[in-house]
Amino acid sequence: MSTVKVIEVHESVFSSNDKTAALLREKLSEQKVFMLNVMSSPGSGKTTLLSKAINMLKDEYKIGVMDVDIESSLDAQKVADATGVPSIQIHNGGLCHIDAEMTEKAIEEFEKVLKDDAKSNSIADFDILFLENIGNLVCPAEFDTGAHRSMMILSVPEGDDKPLKYPLMFSVCDLVVISKTDTMKFFDFNEKRAIENIKRLNPKADILFVSAKTGEGMNEFCEWIRANSTNPRNICKCE
Amino acid sequence: MHELGVTFYVVRDVKKVAEENGIDRIDFVTLEIGEVSGVINEQLTDCWNWARKKEKVTENTELIIENLEAVSFCECCQREFGTIDYGKTCPYCGGGNTYLLRGNEFNIKEIGVYDNT
Ligand SMILES: Nc1nc2c(ncn2[C@@H]2O[C@H](COP(=O)(O)OP(=O)(O)O)[C@@H](O)[C@H]2O)c(=O)[nH]1
Ligand SMILES: [Mg+2]
Ligand SMILES: [Zn+2]
Repeated sequence: MSTVKVIEVHESVFSSNDKTAALLREKLSEQKVFMLNVMSSPGSGKTTLLSKAINMLKDEYKIGVMDVDIESSLDAQKVADATGVPSIQIHNGGLCHIDAEMTEKAIEEFEKVLKDDAKSNSIADFDILFLENIGNLVCPAEFDTGAHRSMMILSVPEGDDKPLKYPLMFSVCDLVVISKTDTMKFFDFNEKRAIENIKRLNPKADILFVSAKTGEGMNEFCEWIRANSTNPRNICKCE
Repeated sequence: MHELGVTFYVVRDVKKVAEENGIDRIDFVTLEIGEVSGVINEQLTDCWNWARKKEKVTENTELIIENLEAVSFCECCQREFGTIDYGKTCPYCGGGNTYLLRGNEFNIKEIGVYDNT
């Protein structure tokens, strides 16, 4: 007869990531670096929005960009070309998300690149670090990256019912940017319904309407970043 | 595709548990997966059967999945109901002001080793 030895674990698969993320967040706060995690479906406008916003903010803040978007391996380069701020492309082996450990490694690599370039000596010299996540509304929502704030972009062509299809993503974000508002006239997008759908999942979420093309709402978006990044020391996710 | 990502975390976590307990092979691992966690049992099992071979300790580990019921709560009438059956609309009062109480779990419940003596 074979007997069974059972070891009880009772741990969420995400708990070790949550711990790593909390430590990373703390470390960045000590360095006074504000990290913003930017998520959306592929093509919703992450790269475009970030490039525009960085150009509006780069005289006030020292900014760095880390890019894992797999849509094009050139996104980091695109942002760098459009803004002149340092950027790094993160390769995550084709996984559907990036977790806190990968983010930490990417930051270390960024640090090395910065040293070689002599543009800046360390991550701590940045005021704001943008993380362009992988274009995917499911998996990145599960993984805390260690960022101080998470935001997502819902572009008008995707429809106002998207929150109902991807509830977790909408629940974990501090800010939802409804983008490409210049295309509103071509789509049956109901602003009120979109807000209702988001608020029902996440009453605390900030919601902004932005067009990176016409510039509508860009000031408000930059204002949101200023307000949220003012004092990373006080930025804490724990309840 | 989400299943593959999480499978690697399971391999990593159970490997660690095995090391801590001085075990060099795991015969089964039991996961608790909520009905609305977005993970599909069959896909997860397929990923597992592929990923487990990457580590000696999980090479022959059987995956056991226990699904946990998803339950929502209605703010209006303060009652609980099955999320899978009724979605976001309360079956008692028809209200839509509801939220998920549980059913989003992805837990490693336990690992087991057969002792063939
Ligand atoms: N009309 C319009 N198009 C936009 C806007 N923002 C981005 N796009 C276009 O959407 C496409 C995808 O944008 P991109 O920034 O690469 O999206 P990402 O995959 O989320 O990084 C590009 O063709 C952009 O020019 C916008 O505000 N209005
Ligand atoms: Mg992009
Ligand atoms: Zn009710």
